[in-house]
Amino acid sequence: MIYLDNSATTKPFPEVVDSFVTVATKYFGNPSSLHELGMKAEQLLTQSREQIAKSLGVKPSEIIFTSGGTEANNFAIKGVALTYRHRGNHIITTAIEHPSITEPCRQLEELGFDVSYLSVDKTGRVNIDELVKTIRDDTILVSIMHVNNEIGSIQPIEEIGQLLTQYPKILFHVDHVQGIGKVPLQFHKAHIDLCTMSAHKFHGLRGAGILYVRDGVRLSPLLAGGGQEMQRRSGTENVAAIVAMAKALRMSLEKYRERIAYLWDVKKTWIRELQAIPDIQVNTPLEHSAPHIINFSLNGLKSEVFVHELAKQDIFVSTTSACSSKKKAPSKTLLAMGADQKRAESAVRVSLSFENTLEEIPIAIRAMKEAIQKLQEVTR
Amino acid sequence: MERIYLDHAATSPTHRDVVERMVPFMTEVFGNPSSIHFFGRQSRQAIDEARAVVANSIGAKETEIIFTSGGTEADNFALAGTAMANRNKGNHIITTSIEHHAVLHTCHYLERQGFDVTYLPVDEQGNVSLDDVKAALRDETILVSIMFGNNEVGVLQPIKAIGELVKDHQAYFHTDAVQAYGLVPIDVNDYHIDLLSVSAHKINGPKGVGFLYARETVKLSPRLYGGEQERKRRAGTENVAGIVGLAKAVEIAQQTMSEKQMMYRELKETMLSVFDESGISYFVNGNQNACLPHILNVAFPGTNVESMLVNLDLAGIAASSGSACTAGSVDPSHVLVAMLGKESERIRSSIRFSFGLGNTVEQVKKAAYETVQIVRRLTNR
Repeated sequence: MIYLDNSATTKPFPEVVDSFVTVATKYFGNPSSLHELGMKAEQLLTQSREQIAKSLGVKPSEIIFTSGGTEANNFAIKGVALTYRHRGNHIITTAIEHPSITEPCRQLEELGFDVSYLSVDKTGRVNIDELVKTIRDDTILVSIMHVNNEIGSIQPIEEIGQLLTQYPKILFHVDHVQGIGKVPLQFHKAHIDLCTMSAHKFHGLRGAGILYVRDGVRLSPLLAGGGQEMQRRSGTENVAAIVAMAKALRMSLEKYRERIAYLWDVKKTWIRELQAIPDIQVNTPLEHSAPHIINFSLNGLKSEVFVHELAKQDIFVSTTSACSSKKKAPSKTLLAMGADQKRAESAVRVSLSFENTLEEIPIAIRAMKEAIQKLQEVTR
Repeated sequence: MERIYLDHAATSPTHRDVVERMVPFMTEVFGNPSSIHFFGRQSRQAIDEARAVVANSIGAKETEIIFTSGGTEADNFALAGTAMANRNKGNHIITTSIEHHAVLHTCHYLERQGFDVTYLPVDEQGNVSLDDVKAALRDETILVSIMFGNNEVGVLQPIKAIGELVKDHQAYFHTDAVQAYGLVPIDVNDYHIDLLSVSAHKINGPKGVGFLYARETVKLSPRLYGGEQERKRRAGTENVAGIVGLAKAVEIAQQTMSEKQMMYRELKETMLSVFDESGISYFVNGNQNACLPHILNVAFPGTNVESMLVNLDLAGIAASSGSACTAGSVDPSHVLVAMLGKESERIRSSIRFSFGLGNTVEQVKKAAYETVQIVRRLTNR
């Protein structure tokens, strides 16, 4: 089995599952309870928060646990918009964000907010000059993803953060879901105010995520209730999944240090091998792109059938982001990059983790060539 | 020292079978249910099966179940989701003064958004009056939200009668069933319930997952936007292992319901009989004729909550002052205040014991003796 769909979800590390099971069965107390079991659970929660904060170079008080990336993104966008509405009603984001950013933006548009969507060039990057021109007196939020989930392009987050320091009224949110553990990002250096991460994208479990909120940034809560997470996110804390997430983050960052050079080797080999196939156009640029995402198009062949053909050989890739893979729509990101309809409709994504190897590549490439041949025969 | 956990209403241990069922969905069937490949489809199938189990448990259709991150999200979703989507029909909401904060704080938020919220009182036994509900209903009422069983005192509300009352009104009927679900049979059609919230970790399932039942006729605006999961009503990659764990917990709860009802009633009686024998003075809070079997809220005159809890904890007994979510705060329980008034001594001397998986008669007897000793010590008798 060759699993190449790590941007959809990753396989949890066995140690992460072990932590989950231990906490769920032994330390099952509610962290808000005053008794011993409750205090143990709270201790575990505090330790996880401290450990995660340390890994990210921020303060524990700046970490809010959520149910995942979607909640964190919704919380960041709507929380900022509703809290800072008195300052203005203009939001800037990009044309290639994940739906958990664009959909809340659409919702805010219905509520009277004005949202600008920055374009990207043919390598999938935003242009700083366009950003400068888009900023207005009533701009309250800029939200830009670090690593794009479909093609892997990396945005110049540090440069943007630096620029935004000239506009003290604007908050800066970064969707770091695909970047964490793969492309380093220093929150302070990049002047980030809010940052989203999701456990199941770095070998943690689904149902846990993180919103970093810089001290001093106020946020109107998305979930009201018992006042957990320093009054900002109510709901009994998912302690077992949070402890597991802290472990997954620590292990992922260790893997990064040990294996990032190897992962780049794997990616470069993938691109070289794919480029050698006549019917494949590689969409992911080598410059300013993440080490784990490779997007290519099949010259108009049906990518969905291609995915199923590969699955028969136990090789798992995806057509586009998992969240929209059931819709038969062309890739929004590729269209934004200026690709034609045919190219945008036949896109395939290979997404890697540190577990993938060079040895897998010839096997997968052979299967891909066969699948393409089969598809061409059918089409003829 | 043997530790005795009598705080199952705060959270409950995850059942071994639940954890066992979950693990393969983390290690083997880990695919994203939206992915079209084999891994994704396996996860999708697991969610579909779980949804059938959950729907079946309350007589609902599978399409009417929305998985959430827990009870708080389900309550927030039910209230804010219906309020926002039905604003054109009216801006009045009816709830009670003894709801969980996930409901109450959402109502406060909605008031700031221009909605008019009526908070019904309860009598000193914790009962909501049907006449009050009737009197509060207006033409512009769009939602009635009344909890099934209270989390602090366990009092069950006349849900079926309220359902009957609201069924011919435009208002939807939501009930927070987080404490009642799994211990009381619930049929949403029989009870005319339009929306119902459940949390997994109160029924020996995992934390971080729950569901909202929303009748197919209910107009609901999403709270989380993004991918098209949960039929476009709740975005976010599905917590497959959590959902599968929830379904397993539901199965166990359904199978063991009557057995647990009897067991917990026996535990309650055991505890009270030790109190009776000892001669200490105590009051049971809440109508015991319509009460969840696993919750026992007792006032011990002359004691105060904090020293009771500290002493109980030192004796190895985990109990609580009210809901866990308010346990951290020094404010007296809003539920007891609503029942007994701000001046009542009982709001400062009441302890909640809640029973669950693993508790035995011996444990409860021991906890009761310890409690008696602590009460005697604190009241100098």
